[in-house]
Amino acid sequence: MLNDLKFRIRTFGKYYDLFALLVQRDIKLKYRRSFLGYIWSILNPLLSMLVQVIVFSHMFSRNMANYPVYLICGNILFSFMRESSTQAMHSIVNNAALLKKVYVPKYIFTLSKVTSSFVNLLFSLGALLIVMIVTHLRFTLYDLLIVIPILELYVFCLGLGLFLAAGNVFFRDIQNIWSVVTLAWMYMTPIFYTLENMSPILRYWIPKINPMYIYITQMRDFVLEGRWTWIALIWRGAFVSALMLAIGLFVFTKVKDKFILYI
Amino acid sequence: MHMKENEICVRVENASVRFNMASEKIDNLKEYAVKFLKRELMFKEFFALQEIDLTIRRGESWAFVGKNGAGKSTLLKLISKVLTPYRGKVWTKGSIAPMIELGAGFDSNLTAEENIFINGAILGHSRKFMREHYDEIVDFAQLEGFMDMPIKNYSSGMRARLGFAVATMVKPDILIVDEVLAVGDAAFRKRCTQRMEEMLSGGTTLLFVSHSNSDVRRLCKNAVWLDHGRMKLVGETEDVLAAYEATSN
Repeated sequence: MLNDLKFRIRTFGKYYDLFALLVQRDIKLKYRRSFLGYIWSILNPLLSMLVQVIVFSHMFSRNMANYPVYLICGNILFSFMRESSTQAMHSIVNNAALLKKVYVPKYIFTLSKVTSSFVNLLFSLGALLIVMIVTHLRFTLYDLLIVIPILELYVFCLGLGLFLAAGNVFFRDIQNIWSVVTLAWMYMTPIFYTLENMSPILRYWIPKINPMYIYITQMRDFVLEGRWTWIALIWRGAFVSALMLAIGLFVFTKVKDKFILYI
Repeated sequence: MHMKENEICVRVENASVRFNMASEKIDNLKEYAVKFLKRELMFKEFFALQEIDLTIRRGESWAFVGKNGAGKSTLLKLISKVLTPYRGKVWTKGSIAPMIELGAGFDSNLTAEENIFINGAILGHSRKFMREHYDEIVDFAQLEGFMDMPIKNYSSGMRARLGFAVATMVKPDILIVDEVLAVGDAAFRKRCTQRMEEMLSGGTTLLFVSHSNSDVRRLCKNAVWLDHGRMKLVGETEDVLAAYEATSN
C-alpha cells in the first residue's frame, strides 16, 4: 500500500513536466490569435455579469447591498465547475490516438484539463477585483479566505472530471446528458437569485444537496459580507470535495485498463 | 540506465489478451439501457493473443510478421504497457520509446518547437533533457526554419521526420517501430534505417513491425511469426520469413 503510493508519486514526478506542458498548451491555445488575448478571461465574466445585472436587477436585487458582486461570485465559480468538468470529460477520448500508442498515466490528461480551467478561474478573479473596486466594496482580510472555497472546488471538480472522463469512454452520450445536467444544476443554484426567492421545499433542499451552494456561499460571505462564514460550511465543503475525489478516483482506476478497448 | 550486455530486457510469460466486446458496438447509455432491458446485451470473448512466451535480450532486434489482424500490434502494445494482459505476465526493463504514429502525439495547432517538448514529455523525458537535445532533433529532422510553424501546415513527410527524430534522438533502451516508415520519401527512409542500425549497434533493442520483408531482413536478426494471436514460429529472421513467405504466396 505504502510502496504503491511511493510508486505513484514517483511516476507523477516523471510525468510532471508533461502535466505542466499540457496546462501551458491549453492556456496558450485558448487565446492564441485573438486580439485581446488573456484579457478575454477577465472580460468574459464581466460581460456576462453585466447582462445579468441589466436583466435581473429589478427582479432579484431588492434588499441587496451589492448585486454585481453577488452575481459574479456565483458566476465565476459555477463557470469553472462547468468548464472544467466538460473539458475533463473529453480528456481521455480526445487523446485516444496517443493513448493507443504510448504508455502515459491516463489521469495526467484529466488533471491537466481541470488545472488549466483552474488557471482560467484565477484570471477571472481579476474580474471580481474590478467589480469590487468599481462598486466601492470594502476590502477586508476575509477576502483572502476565498482560497478555501476555491481549493475545495478544485478538488471537487477533479473528482467529478475523473468520473466523467471514465464514463465518457464507455458511453459517449454522457456528453449530451451532461450539458443538460449542468443547465439544470445552474438553475438550481442561487447564482442570480437568492435562496429567499425560492419555494420552501427548494429553500430546504438546495443547501443540503447542492455542493455548488456550499462553495458559492462561502465565497460570498468572505467577499461580499466581509465576514467569517459558518464553520460547518467549510467542513461540509471539504467533506463533499473529498468524497467526490474518492468516487472519481475509485471509478477511474477501476476501469482505466479497459479504456484502450473502447477509444 | 546502464545495462549489461545480454541482459534480459523484455519477458513475456504465457500472456493472453482478451477483448470482451459487446457483440454490437454500443457506445451510449441509451442503447445500453434499451438492450439491457430487452436482455439483448451479449458479450463475446475474443482472444487477440494467446499463450505468448518471449524473452528478448538487450541489443537484439526482433521483427513481428504475420497477416493483418494476427496480433502484431497488440503484442507491441502489450510490451509497451498500453495494454494489460488478461492472463500471464509482461516484464520489461529500461525506457521504452514507441515511435508515435503520424500526428498521434502532435497537436496540430501548436508549433513544431512546442510539439517537440510535449512529445518528449509523453515519452517521459524532462524539459531540461529535451532542451539539451533540441538542436540535435531539429538537425536530424532537417526542419530548421520551420520550428515556429504550426504543425497543421506541415506535410505528412515533415511530420514523420519530426516524429522519428524525437523518438530516436533520446536513445531509448527499447525502440518500438510499428509500420511507420511507409511514409516519407526514399531518402528519409534510408536515413531512418541507418539511424536504427546505429542505435542497434549502440545497444538499443529494436522491436519492429513491417510488411516490407526487405526492411525486416536488413534490420532484424530474430523474428516471430504470429498467426491468429498465437506464435506460429520463432527463430532467426531468414528461417521464419522463408516459412512465412511459403504460406503467403
